[in-house]
Amino acid sequence: MIRLADVAHRYSGRELLAGVELEIAGGAFLFLTGPSGAGKTTLLKLCYGELQPSAGRVELFGQDMQRLSRDALADTRRRIGVIHQDCQFLDHLSIADNVALPFLAAGRPVPADDLRELLNWVGLEDRAEARPPTLSGGERQRAALARAVIMSPEVVLADEPTGNVDWEMSMRLLSLLLELNRMGTAVMIATHDLALIRAAKAQVSARVLRISERQLQTAGSDL
Amino acid sequence: MVPASGYTALLTGATAAAMAFLAVFALALSLASGRLADRWSQTLAQTATLRISAPPSQMTAQTAAVLEILRTTPGVASVRVLESDEQRALLEPWFGPDLPIEALALPRLIEIIEAPDGFDPVGLRMRLAAEAPGAVLDDHTRWRRPLVQAADALRLLALGSILLIAGALAAMVTLAASFSLAANAQVIRVLRLVGARDAFIARAFVRRFTLRGLVGASIGTAAGMAVLALMPLAPARDGVFSGLGFSGADWLLPLLIPPLAVLVAWAATRVTAFRVLRREG
Repeated sequence: MIRLADVAHRYSGRELLAGVELEIAGGAFLFLTGPSGAGKTTLLKLCYGELQPSAGRVELFGQDMQRLSRDALADTRRRIGVIHQDCQFLDHLSIADNVALPFLAAGRPVPADDLRELLNWVGLEDRAEARPPTLSGGERQRAALARAVIMSPEVVLADEPTGNVDWEMSMRLLSLLLELNRMGTAVMIATHDLALIRAAKAQVSARVLRISERQLQTAGSDL
Repeated sequence: MVPASGYTALLTGATAAAMAFLAVFALALSLASGRLADRWSQTLAQTATLRISAPPSQMTAQTAAVLEILRTTPGVASVRVLESDEQRALLEPWFGPDLPIEALALPRLIEIIEAPDGFDPVGLRMRLAAEAPGAVLDDHTRWRRPLVQAADALRLLALGSILLIAGALAAMVTLAASFSLAANAQVIRVLRLVGARDAFIARAFVRRFTLRGLVGASIGTAAGMAVLALMPLAPARDGVFSGLGFSGADWLLPLLIPPLAVLVAWAATRVTAFRVLRREG
């Protein structure tokens, strides 16, 4: 579904990533780890087309990202659910409206029953009309997860989804992502939380990748 | 989709209102100039004045000769010798009433009304020179032309002002839209994240600024029309400043200003939004 071939990325003259080879296949569960500033977020952004590679080729669902028109790239993004560490909400809209945003952006009517069911799934049915700033960190992350999956994406990319929540909430988020994966959605989580990775590997066959010295490598057996 | 922004909303609405207010007056000036040019052109184009300056002993003979020439001139519909009372009325604005006109050696004036096809002034002047040397034909061209040109220039100036007003509105909306797009960079980022196309994002801003333009321009147009309706104007015969307001169906023309402002705001915001979205990647 998503393939990076010999991808490099430079920012302000500095090479952040080089020679990256990555394939996210259907149903895969991947962890992306590495020290802060290693380029995890950059790699995720390359995977959903927010950044263009300096070299190499990024394929999104079989199409060369650099050859996609702006509209085609926007349409492709709807097939990828993204969860940011800071959630990226529109604070003037309710949580329900934020979760429904991908439908509005696609110009499609929001399926009210699906939206209710989804908010119920992430445990936010009582906070549907609340504004994002009034939610706790865990609630915000679950709302971000709901928004990421409302269009039934084929891939979910999560950037440090448990970075601002306690262990109990981390486990709850992980169980939601594992449930999604069991339904066939590929999941890639960027995190430096090794405990989270170990907890996941106890439940699913997850592959762990590490960014080190600008290169993407398969992590050792200790993970 | 885009959070309300009081500052840009007020700025755009107020600018549209002010521009529409000015556009109403520019339009009124344009229409008044056009009417003035038409009136001067039509009224004076179909008349001419013939002046006979001759010694009193020859005045009657030359007048008779002139009238005979005019009677046989093709294109002259009718002629009329101005009476003393009419001449007194013409001079009254300069000399006041009770002017002893009989004591003055005034030329005799003959008003010529042209037929629709008009007469040949060059040919008529040649005949007059030969048969009535004291007669001078004034077909009003000499002073009618600059007046009509002035009125036409005034009309062009007013129309140019409307274009300048539209340009100023477009510039103001472009600035406000650019500011709004920059202030809402996070909104744009989130919309992109969830797969919104540029057209969808641009539409959110275009709708907002177009609506502001419509509301502002409607208020400005209504205010301009109200001021014109209430403005005390000189009677129509008093020249340039007569009839500055609208008359009859002309009152419908200012109603085109809000739709035009909407068009300007729509185009300016759309162009700005797409330019910014493409630039920001």
